[in-house]
Amino acid sequence: MTAAVLAIRWVAVGRLEALPPRRGRAVRVGDRRIALFRTGDDRLFAVEDRCPHRGGPLSEGIVHGHCVTCPLHDWVIDLAEGRAVPPDEGRVRTYPVRVVDGRIEIGLGTAP
Amino acid sequence: MSRPRLVVIGNGMVADRLLEELLRLAPDLYDIVLFGEEPWPAYNRILLSPVLAGEQEITEILTRDDAWYAERGIDFRKGVRATRIDRARRLVHGADGSVVPYDRLVLATGSRPVVLPIPGRDLEGVVTFRDIADVERMRAAAARGGRAVVIGGGLLGLEAAAGLQRLGMEVTVVHLLDRLMEQQLDDIAARMLREDLEGRGLRFLMERRTRAILGERRVEGVAFEDGETIPADLVVMAVGIRPETTLAREAGLHCERGIVVSDTLQTYDPRIWAVGECCQHRGRCYGLVAPLFEQARVLANQLAELATLRYEGSVTATKLKVTGIDLFSAGDHLGRDGEPLVLHDPGAGVYRKLVLKDDRIIGIVLYGDTVDGSWYFQLMQDGTDVSSLRETLLFGQVRLGDSGHDPVARVAGLPDDAEICGCNGVCKGTIVRAITEKGLFTLDEVRAHTKASASCGSCTGLVEALLAHVMGGHYERPRGERPLCPCTDYDQDTIRRTIVREGLKSIPEVMHFLEWKTPDGCRVCRPALNFFLMVAWPEEYRDDPASRFVNERVHANIQKDGTYSVVPRIFGGVTTPAQLRALAEVAERYRVPTVKITGGQRIDLLGVRKEDLPHIWRDLTAAGFVSGHAYGKAVRTVKTCVGSEWCRFGVQDSTSLGIALEKLCWGAWTPAKVKMGVSGCPRNCAEATIKDFGAVAVESGWEIHVGGNGGVKVRTTELLTKVATAEEVLEYAAAFLQLYREEGRYGERTAFWIERIGLDELKRRLVEDPEGRRALAARFREAQARAQRDPWRELAERAPAEEFRALAEVPA
Ligand code: SRM
Ligand SMILES: Cc1cc2nc3c(=O)[nH]c(=O)nc-3n(C[C@H](O)[C@H](O)[C@H](O)COP(=O)(O)OP(=O)(O)OC[C@H]3O[C@@H](n4cnc5c(N)ncnc54)[C@H](O)[C@@H]3O)c2cc1C
Ligand code: SF4
Ligand code: FES
Repeated sequence: MTAAVLAIRWVAVGRLEALPPRRGRAVRVGDRRIALFRTGDDRLFAVEDRCPHRGGPLSEGIVHGHCVTCPLHDWVIDLAEGRAVPPDEGRVRTYPVRVVDGRIEIGLGTAP
Repeated sequence: MSRPRLVVIGNGMVADRLLEELLRLAPDLYDIVLFGEEPWPAYNRILLSPVLAGEQEITEILTRDDAWYAERGIDFRKGVRATRIDRARRLVHGADGSVVPYDRLVLATGSRPVVLPIPGRDLEGVVTFRDIADVERMRAAAARGGRAVVIGGGLLGLEAAAGLQRLGMEVTVVHLLDRLMEQQLDDIAARMLREDLEGRGLRFLMERRTRAILGERRVEGVAFEDGETIPADLVVMAVGIRPETTLAREAGLHCERGIVVSDTLQTYDPRIWAVGECCQHRGRCYGLVAPLFEQARVLANQLAELATLRYEGSVTATKLKVTGIDLFSAGDHLGRDGEPLVLHDPGAGVYRKLVLKDDRIIGIVLYGDTVDGSWYFQLMQDGTDVSSLRETLLFGQVRLGDSGHDPVARVAGLPDDAEICGCNGVCKGTIVRAITEKGLFTLDEVRAHTKASASCGSCTGLVEALLAHVMGGHYERPRGERPLCPCTDYDQDTIRRTIVREGLKSIPEVMHFLEWKTPDGCRVCRPALNFFLMVAWPEEYRDDPASRFVNERVHANIQKDGTYSVVPRIFGGVTTPAQLRALAEVAERYRVPTVKITGGQRIDLLGVRKEDLPHIWRDLTAAGFVSGHAYGKAVRTVKTCVGSEWCRFGVQDSTSLGIALEKLCWGAWTPAKVKMGVSGCPRNCAEATIKDFGAVAVESGWEIHVGGNGGVKVRTTELLTKVATAEEVLEYAAAFLQLYREEGRYGERTAFWIERIGLDELKRRLVEDPEGRRALAARFREAQARAQRDPWRELAERAPAEEFRALAEVPA
């Protein structure tokens, strides 16, 4: 379904220390709102910061496992899959994340 | 292996329900191709009315997204109209030139709005009310303001009129007859409805036949047969619907008003079925979703090759979705061949009429209070002999008892098979089972699991009442039975005891020791564990922000748009001009969009951006304010009345005691929020008897009341004891709160806690055991010495303001 991503542009968004485990932070790239998470097992995920339910700020949710619970009405979003955990339904965009020299970078797809 | 191909034409509400049911019964039976001419995935058409009124957004009423179809392998031709059926070759032609062969074909093309064949019907600004495109047109027109004329005073016309009026247009409804909604209402109910709508500013022109719509290019007015004309900037035609049968007719399928189908929804061609508004079954076409969803269920069963269900027709009931108007109608509402029973209370705006024939209900009209609608409807559908109920029937189901208007008590009295959600045919028993077996807590969860209240939403109140009823019941279950959450098998009491006994000092330790089933819990258990540890180890435990709900983490209430509200503490509700000035300055400085007096005697600054929070706090702190904890499971307000200092009835100084109580208790974290009240005499203006802790002054001192609640489930307090002095009230308050902190369950307000343990237990611990009381109070004061650090000051001083901003703002 998603358009083929031909190139990835990595954007540095801050240092790893700024994001403690089990926390999320909001990031803005242009007018995109992205939520960045560090899970308890120290993995990083980035998804669109808009809950598929009613647009709640996922970056403010409680992080558990590889999921976040939206602060507005408690939908649970699977961060790796970028989708709501059943019985709820809906998707959020996911973005690749990497750490280079202690700096977090988010990958934005650029079509040709 | 190639599977038979099922083609569905039309992606409306019924097709959507059909697909869902079919995939549940037989996920792999067919290759499915779906034509939907609207440029949207499936949506809830019923909710177009609230969308028009601006109460919901289009995105909120979509029931699917594109991925849903892809994941189920459905070839969804979105925005493509089917233009022709070639029955000989078994092909469907699409407007995009595509040709799709079928083995089985379903027509679910719905209806089209009727457009009156009068001059001017093609002018710009003349619309119908059927789909998203129509609503977008109306909203665009309403944005320019002006006058709207709605032709048609039926269900759709009135919903359109109410919506346009809410959007600020001046609206006139034109109706051919002298009675609104004549299909559903009798004279009296129709008149009450009209008066209510007039009271909201709608205008009505009754018994008018429209002759023409006037204007050059755009609509300018409407002319009637009697010669009168009125100006208009928008004209909505809501005069009826006609089943969409074009494709079927052109393909030579037998049609009358709709496409004629059998009890298995089959047309005269055995490879083709029709379902929903487009079909005609046993001479009837339906225009409401309840019977149509029933058809979808039967057809899914047929297509899944189970063939165990048949559709035998439905009785329908109607409700109007205009916020604030309650109306229910079903069956033979005029009662020409029955005997009417009527109850009419014009003062209360309530009207009930039941039409009986041979001791059975054959018609129902309810206006103003429709809670009993589903019960009457059930009696009518079942053909129950009501002769023994006759005397009291009009008062509704459980009016006879003491439950009055309390919806919780009333749903409690309903039988298990009483239908709660008419659209989806969900009865009480199904909902109750889902709540208890699946452990559902919220309306959304109930919707997700049962579909109750997921369509038109008019039964939302009933579903909520059921939730309150069932969850209230939890508290009577045996102690300690229910696990804290699905991450663990242990209940709250066991977990708390284990924390203390084993000396567990952190969330990971607790989870490890008690063999948590998830790596790091969930949004239910983590905040609970954080609280348990904080109470168990007040000195050593360091609060874990990652285990706090956002409100408690950022010390402000998140709002629906992601901004926050800030409520400073105003001790005992008493303020000063200087405080008010400081608040006013802060509100102006940060351009706070809404300043509101709360129900708790303080002032709410609403709509603050997260990045402004530390700055607002710094300014409020400088002016002497501390956080009001309006966001936390914490001590909230202490509401006071004027008391003996000014009031001519006051017998004690309630204001001073309230302030002292709040100074003692603010900053304490508790299992659920705690509200207090102090009244200066038994007139009780501070409503102390619906607070968690209340003091009411009497000549000889103070009555202490506990366990009140004014929220979802109102409960009045019980009298704990009487004391002589204000100091004793403070000691009781401290002891009471500490006991609640130590033994109450997380999320359980004092009302439920006391119901669970009993007032006697509380008296034993607090009243009959002065030593125990003093020990509790002392522990509370110790914990308070640490807790009474204002989180706003701390955050404003210590936390870097960056933490409240986005981690990064990068140009695109
Ligand atoms: C602001 C205020 C309404 C107002 O403008 O007056 C309010 C606003 C909210 N109330 Fe309330 N309640 C407010 C007084 C009340 C009262 C009246 C009172 O306190 O005297 C009640 C009934 C009394 C009671 O609690 O027993 C009340 C019963 C509730 C309930 C139902 C609680 C229950 O146990 O049934 C909730 C839901 C909950 O807590 O889960 C709730 C929840 C909320 C929340 C926190 C919803 C939320 O989670 O976002 C609202 C926050 C809006 C905000 O950001 O400010 N609010 N709420 C009032 C704040 C008082 C204050 O100064 O702190
Ligand atoms: C504003 C409004 C409020 C309502 N309120 C209520 C209410 O409160 N309670 C209630 O029970 N009912 C209500 N209804 C009625 C309810 O929405 C309908 O009964 C229901 O949607 C019928 O479902 P359906 O699938 O038969 O038709 P529809 O939902 O109309 O779906 C038919 C679909 O087929 C498409 N289609 C038609 N021909 C073709 C073709 N040739 N090719 C491709 N696609 C085609 C149409 O564009 C449409 O999307 C309301 C209706 C409206 C408009
Ligand atoms: S409760 Fe009593 S003291 Fe307080 S305002 Fe009312 S009448 Fe006066
Ligand atoms: S907005 Fe996320 S759950 Fe409602």
